[in-house]
Amino acid sequence: MPELLELAERIAGAARPGEQVEAYVSRERETDVRVYRGEIETLSTAESAGVGVRVVIKGRQGFAYVGDLDEARAREALEEARDNASFATPDEHVGLAVPDGHAVTTLDLWDDALSEVSTAEKVELAMALERLVREGDGRIREVVSTDYGDGQGEVAIASSAGISSTTRQTSCYLSADAVAGEGDDTQTGVGYSVGRGFSDIDLAVAAHDAIDRATRLLGAKKPNSARLNVVFDRRVTATLLSVLARTLSGEDVAKGRSLFAGRLGEEVGNTALVLVDDPTNALAYGAAAVDAEGLACRRNVLIENGRLVSYLYDTYSGRLAGTSSTASAVRGGFKSTPGVGARALSLQPGDLDQAAILEFIGEGLFVQEISGVHSGVNGVSGDFSVGAEGVMIRDGRLAEPVREITIASTIQRMLQHVLAIGNDVEWLPSAAAGLTLAIGDVAMSGE
Amino acid sequence: MQSERQRGQFDPLKLVSTSRRETAASKEHEVAQVEAPLIEPAVVERALGRALGRGGEFAEIFVEDRRSTGVSLDNRKVEEVSSGRDRGAGIRVVVGDTTGFAHTADLSESGLLAAAEAAAAVARSGGPGVREIALEGRSVPSPSSVEIYPETITKTAKVELLLRADEAARASGAAIVQVSAGYGDSRRRIMVANSDGLLSFDDQVRTRLSVMCVASGDTGMQTGYETAAFTIGFELFDKVSVEETAQIAAHRALSKLAARPAPSGVVPVVIKSGTGGILFHEACGHGLEADHIVKDASAYRGLLGELVASPLVTLVDDGTVSDEWGSTAIDDEGKPTQRNVLIENGILTDYMWDFLRARKQGRVSSGNGRRQSYQHLPMVRMTNTYLLAGQDDPEEIVAQTDRGVYVAHLGGGQVNTATGDFVFGMTEAYLIEDGKITEPLRDANLIGNGPDVLRKIDAVGNDFGMCPGTCGKDGQSVPVGCGQPTLRVTGVTVGGTADA
Repeated sequence: MPELLELAERIAGAARPGEQVEAYVSRERETDVRVYRGEIETLSTAESAGVGVRVVIKGRQGFAYVGDLDEARAREALEEARDNASFATPDEHVGLAVPDGHAVTTLDLWDDALSEVSTAEKVELAMALERLVREGDGRIREVVSTDYGDGQGEVAIASSAGISSTTRQTSCYLSADAVAGEGDDTQTGVGYSVGRGFSDIDLAVAAHDAIDRATRLLGAKKPNSARLNVVFDRRVTATLLSVLARTLSGEDVAKGRSLFAGRLGEEVGNTALVLVDDPTNALAYGAAAVDAEGLACRRNVLIENGRLVSYLYDTYSGRLAGTSSTASAVRGGFKSTPGVGARALSLQPGDLDQAAILEFIGEGLFVQEISGVHSGVNGVSGDFSVGAEGVMIRDGRLAEPVREITIASTIQRMLQHVLAIGNDVEWLPSAAAGLTLAIGDVAMSGE
Repeated sequence: MQSERQRGQFDPLKLVSTSRRETAASKEHEVAQVEAPLIEPAVVERALGRALGRGGEFAEIFVEDRRSTGVSLDNRKVEEVSSGRDRGAGIRVVVGDTTGFAHTADLSESGLLAAAEAAAAVARSGGPGVREIALEGRSVPSPSSVEIYPETITKTAKVELLLRADEAARASGAAIVQVSAGYGDSRRRIMVANSDGLLSFDDQVRTRLSVMCVASGDTGMQTGYETAAFTIGFELFDKVSVEETAQIAAHRALSKLAARPAPSGVVPVVIKSGTGGILFHEACGHGLEADHIVKDASAYRGLLGELVASPLVTLVDDGTVSDEWGSTAIDDEGKPTQRNVLIENGILTDYMWDFLRARKQGRVSSGNGRRQSYQHLPMVRMTNTYLLAGQDDPEEIVAQTDRGVYVAHLGGGQVNTATGDFVFGMTEAYLIEDGKITEPLRDANLIGNGPDVLRKIDAVGNDFGMCPGTCGKDGQSVPVGCGQPTLRVTGVTVGGTADA
């Protein structure tokens, strides 16, 4: 770890007068095991690392990266970034993050014990999950893949503007992709368990989830089209929140590419809605002490009692909007420059559990899975149309399964039509927490 | 995350190939330098020998050196010019049904030997040792001819393209309030060697331009997107008009300002040639990948020789189509790419195969073993997947449709191969009323079941178009092409909000 920061500081230290230089240095170690029918199908071990260099000269930014930690090549990247900067259009808002006095929250996201776990134990865990799923229900026809994976990631960021930070984290997951069959009918379900360390993995939860999700949809039919109330499963809600967060990016707002542009302070949803992004919550999968520009992460309230109170900003978009960064810079690794994004979104939970929400809704559709989010949700127009599968709700209980349907509305309408928010918060491997959520007046397209 | 993965997803990177103009390519540019082999064959032989030292049956080294340049323009400003270099090797060792894999960015002999040891750890039968490997190099001609290597072009010229795109898009209408444009080029040199003695090379160049527009009107904002992308060099811009690409994106956004909600329910759908190929990529392409077949995770398992589609359907996957986005000389396992007929006159003729799945069935790979980078294991992937043209006049197909939806542009899709259910999103669509294309519709997804939709194709046009895309599978993204003629499906569920 110290060597990553030292390398970053040496690169940043090469800044010439009148220029800003930032080096983002990262290293990851990963193990991935896939088992199939009691044998190891693949076993990969890997270490990857690299350096991304940003240079800002008179409001012009250039970027270059190199996929290893070789200092000579990192210095070549610096030269390349410098050259690249000269082609950008000058923009007074462009510049590196400057320390803003926010204290860094101490987060323990590293499990030392992970590196003590042998490959054999990891393989055995995956094999145990495969057995549990195969043997757990006679209708499980195949387990396409059972995966165990873990990673240790370290990042150091240093800049000539005064940033010097390091973060590190471990992660661990176990998942099974099951196929259930009954007669001619086939359905699938993925079950998983995730955590910071090996001991966080819950084999039973992953197995139950895979079996339950795959078998629950057996016999599913395509229903007739209808306008109805829907209840989103926790995982689906987490996906929806991640989509919503993209529309709250201060950069897209400033550039007129969000349906929420110009609506700060306005009521955008049901008064029960409180949406927060808090990366300092260690329970969140996306928890982080500092953002991708090295600023201390903090709790940001985005929607309060239905009112839009803040967007998310990185340094550039904050300046563009005449405000400052909310420490919401994210990046895809050393190969890209920072952008704006949420890490740990959650809705303030309500007081009903899933069963109570189903009962409250009475008649409608329980959505277990959605697809086509990328092609079906437009954050500019707000149009929302995704593929779905799930179970009809009748008399307040789950009834017959349905498939090959879409559900459609607009993001604007869905926020207004929140009917119930669950109390069943679950932090999922995404930028958002899941909970059961009921939304009214959605168009379900089927036959 | 594996657990969040989507089984087959097509992301929107699209283009129109109808606007390609043939002009004499400029010869003024210097020829790119011929570079030295990535690693000396003798070193590769020693590393392969070490990889088999513990008793593995098969070993392979994949070496990659990729350089890329990107330029982005947004909000009237050139925001960023970026460059990247990725260089490394991935080594796999196969023992029985087990594969061990390791990768390294250290291309020195010691770095390769260490990766070979790590990959070999899955094989425990043999003691430490070294096996002799002799490589025989072969050269495979590229299906694409690069005239102007992008690295010989100044960054200024690349920036200039985007400024032109911005201007042309904004000039398309006062309602265009935002334009972003991206330019990207890459040169990927690969070398594949394996313990069967194979030694193969490829030098892959890709160049692309994309434009995204936002139009604003009384009814809110709408977006339009267009891409031009080929496995050629900077001569792309002698063949494709930057201005036209921008205008198409702008028109797409503008046309939707007056759009009404799409219908909700099953209606006949006519899909214009070009991006509609995404339908086949999702409806059956992924389901015909042998890894899904051998694991009983495809709706097309066990159907070889059977009628799985309308007799009007002949579907091909072909990595040799000149200049197309999914074309390469060899796949990422060193196998020359080829033209594979998957469905002929509605009858399922074959699946797509990579090295390992083919070996297990005692056949040869179909040239579909691909990987995102040296950090990834290869698996069965599509190249350019397209439906062959038919007999019908595209205008007649519309004229003979009483009421339905005309989809002019698709934005992406996703499939669950095991059930065959897939979605694809329309990003430019119109109502068809009394055989005429009428009002524009807002964006919506369509959903169908692969085998079911393939049987419902009742008209196939005599036109044809291709589009480029990025295909995601099991966490890896690779460039692919897809294409089709204008066609009609008698009924597909359109996921809008208005009564059908």
